[in-house]
Amino acid sequence: MKRRGFLRSTGAAIAAAALPASGQSSLLPRRDLAALVAEVTGGATPGRDGIAMEIPSLAENGNSVPLRIRVDSPMTAADHVRAIHVFSERNPRPRIAVFHLGPAAGRAEILTRVRLAVEQKVVVLASLSGGRYRLAEAQVVVTAAACIDEGV
Amino acid sequence: MALARLLVPPTARRGEAVEVRLLIQHPMETGFRREADGRAVPMNVVNTLVCRYAEREVLRAELGSGVSANPYFAFWIRAESTGDVTVEWVDDAGERGSVKAVLTVP
Repeated sequence: MKRRGFLRSTGAAIAAAALPASGQSSLLPRRDLAALVAEVTGGATPGRDGIAMEIPSLAENGNSVPLRIRVDSPMTAADHVRAIHVFSERNPRPRIAVFHLGPAAGRAEILTRVRLAVEQKVVVLASLSGGRYRLAEAQVVVTAAACIDEGV
Repeated sequence: MALARLLVPPTARRGEAVEVRLLIQHPMETGFRREADGRAVPMNVVNTLVCRYAEREVLRAELGSGVSANPYFAFWIRAESTGDVTVEWVDDAGERGSVKAVLTVP
């Protein structure tokens, strides 16, 4: 009886603790990033190779998630990366950042730290000279959410 | 004026791509936060950032509230000749900031 009572009460406590998280998640629906990508590419299908993103698959703190984006490019006047876009599937605002670069960079690589509100997909899209595009995406689980935690 | 640090290698070989690191002290207010008394804190983020090397633009970033507080960036520039690396930015409140470092190409 005692054990049953304990299980019942702790079970309820765990369910209650889990509730706010799921409540928050429903506030931030998944959006289809295809429209945002198409806005940049003009409908062209981006390639999936020659671009790498590094982001932890489990982020303990959504307020500061390290992100590294690297695009394979000689960065010459004839062949270079013009811009790198970072999109979020479930943040309140989907456009995290746009980096415009060119041959003077010498290397198409950017590191920064981003905020992620909840568990979601992050998409990076590189726009190359000559009208080519490359895309990479990663799924990130966030333990402590950003943006919607008012106390932070 | 906001505090910032800009780190470039002390010297570089001509033609070499060198890593530049930038840290700006800025709250990057999302506009979703409230004070303890319930007042909403207005959105205020560094929205534009430009890096120039020897007067030439090498990086321009458009940022939103999805960039962390005290934003950090690392990016690369191709060393050509000794010159100033400058970064200038502006936030939603119209506050401007800048930071400068010298890249020496012997």
